[in-house]
Amino acid sequence: MSSSEGAPESWISSFCGMMGHEFFAEVSEDFIEDDFNLTGLQSQVPMYKEALEMILDVEPEEEDEDEEEEEEEEDEDEILGDDRPAFRRAGERRHARVASDLSVIESSAELLYGLIHQRYITSRPGIQQMLEKLEMGHFGSCPRVYCNGSRPVPVGLSDTPGQQTVKLYCPSCQDIYTPPNSRFHSVDGAFFGTTFGCLFFMTFPDLDVAPRPVDNPLSPVRASPAGTPREPQPTEINGVRTASFAAGLGPGRVYEPKIYGFKVSDRSRSGPRMKWLRMKPVEIRELDEMTRYESQHPLADREGDMDMGAGAAQNAAIARRKKAPMRRRRYNTNPGVNGGEGL
Amino acid sequence: MMEDFNSETDSDYTSYWRDWFISSRGNEYFCEIDEEYLTDRFNLTGLNTEVPYYQYALDLVTDVFDLDADDELREQIEKAARHLYGLVHARYIVTTRGLAKMLDKYKKCDFGKCPRVICEGHPLLPMGQHDIPNTSTVRLYCAKCEDIYNPKSSRHGSIDGAYFGSSFHSMMFQVYPALLPEKSIRRYEPRIFGFRVHAPAALARWQDQYREETRARLRDAGMETRFAEDSEGEDDEEDEEEVQTSSARKEKVVGDAASGRMDLGN
Repeated sequence: MSSSEGAPESWISSFCGMMGHEFFAEVSEDFIEDDFNLTGLQSQVPMYKEALEMILDVEPEEEDEDEEEEEEEEDEDEILGDDRPAFRRAGERRHARVASDLSVIESSAELLYGLIHQRYITSRPGIQQMLEKLEMGHFGSCPRVYCNGSRPVPVGLSDTPGQQTVKLYCPSCQDIYTPPNSRFHSVDGAFFGTTFGCLFFMTFPDLDVAPRPVDNPLSPVRASPAGTPREPQPTEINGVRTASFAAGLGPGRVYEPKIYGFKVSDRSRSGPRMKWLRMKPVEIRELDEMTRYESQHPLADREGDMDMGAGAAQNAAIARRKKAPMRRRRYNTNPGVNGGEGL
Repeated sequence: MMEDFNSETDSDYTSYWRDWFISSRGNEYFCEIDEEYLTDRFNLTGLNTEVPYYQYALDLVTDVFDLDADDELREQIEKAARHLYGLVHARYIVTTRGLAKMLDKYKKCDFGKCPRVICEGHPLLPMGQHDIPNTSTVRLYCAKCEDIYNPKSSRHGSIDGAYFGSSFHSMMFQVYPALLPEKSIRRYEPRIFGFRVHAPAALARWQDQYREETRARLRDAGMETRFAEDSEGEDDEEDEEEVQTSSARKEKVVGDAASGRMDLGN
């Protein structure tokens, strides 16, 4: 608090400038001033009004002058069903506040800011601001070797504050990691929320999250992994770009333990058991479950239990004809693809 | 002749250089190589072509260096000595004594903890992706997720991976299989407003199927694979469901093991 007093810096920018708060975006005052964006937060944050004033840098002197007026306003708030602590109703509240309440309000303000931040970064200006932070490298890089320094974003594992600290979600391996620097180990994950990570990468599908191309021999990833697909892959699969979808996974990007150059067999008691975690089909169409289902269950089988109208059946027949060539292609590649993976 | 000198001084002569080396900042991953191991020429086979000023470097490492060299030469010898120590270290840590020393360090978490959240801070082991020096830097292997990570500190990021070698961590678990952690099938599920996202979920289903097929294949070969979630789950509905579906898959695949593995699509 003392840092923001007298300085031209706003509470928000001083909060974001604090050590360990490098992941936070600066929420615009417009966003905070819109009551709709704060729906429901009043019941989650103690001393909500004071905390909000602190975030918005409402001058404390003003409050003292308009003490009585404000008291009335607050009474109205209380009528609105807000369960405030009893000590707040005491007449000498103002005097007590100067000393001990200040730290309470400060921590309330941080909590409130965090919860607003959770909402803000899923909004259009907020997510854009986080993109800029990502591009400036504020979130670091994925520690996994085969992700080749892809850039993660901060996420929470819970939307309720006080449960888990902030984690980093890597789009390349679709896994979450603890931030390397211990200063982040006290930042609440709820201030980023569970939604942001995935939403971010779906909002910017053209973002280059794929591991950097190999440009030196020190890099662990070979230019062309063992199982390079023999045919062009679709540009989109399940609504995401194939090129950036789980780019750090799949054959060639799964670690193979070796002893004196020989692979450790998975039949060994201490052999590899976790390859599935970093696996991805070479033939990406295998993940297109809808098309696969349709190809395995021809229309004739389904008509009986689906009770389709004549028009729908006709449309489905057309769709089936469209899919036919692709299906044939897949059958051709299948044995080779899976033969390679099974071992 | 040199060996005689060493054995003579072994008892009262503490390893100044090696003590200094392993306790200096950035060298926390190294363990101390026994004097005996260092002075056995057989263990150093081939290193004389790899390390410049080989004899001086070896003298320095074994604390018998007494050349009156100028600063520049001394610095080069110092550098060579560190390189030599690293290369011998890679050989030493796969020996019985070396493994035991590294095991102590592993138990003390000297190599850090796995950054992957689901691994819950499992201790790491240092490794190199190559055994040839100056090819890649040191990586850290997590036995729980069986993946390799970059050290988080930059002072470790510049250590040569060849000083630990590509075999060490596998050797550790071959020698001490009891150390193997229980693997987990838990994973991170990306969600948007509480809903699972289709693309990652489809990949997760594919990976689950891949896992169960590998498991069935290993079972046929007489090697049972167990995950942490197999034993619990009776009281947890979701886990039970997971186990049931996986066992259903297993039956399907076991019934027709070869073809079941061949086509994931059918």
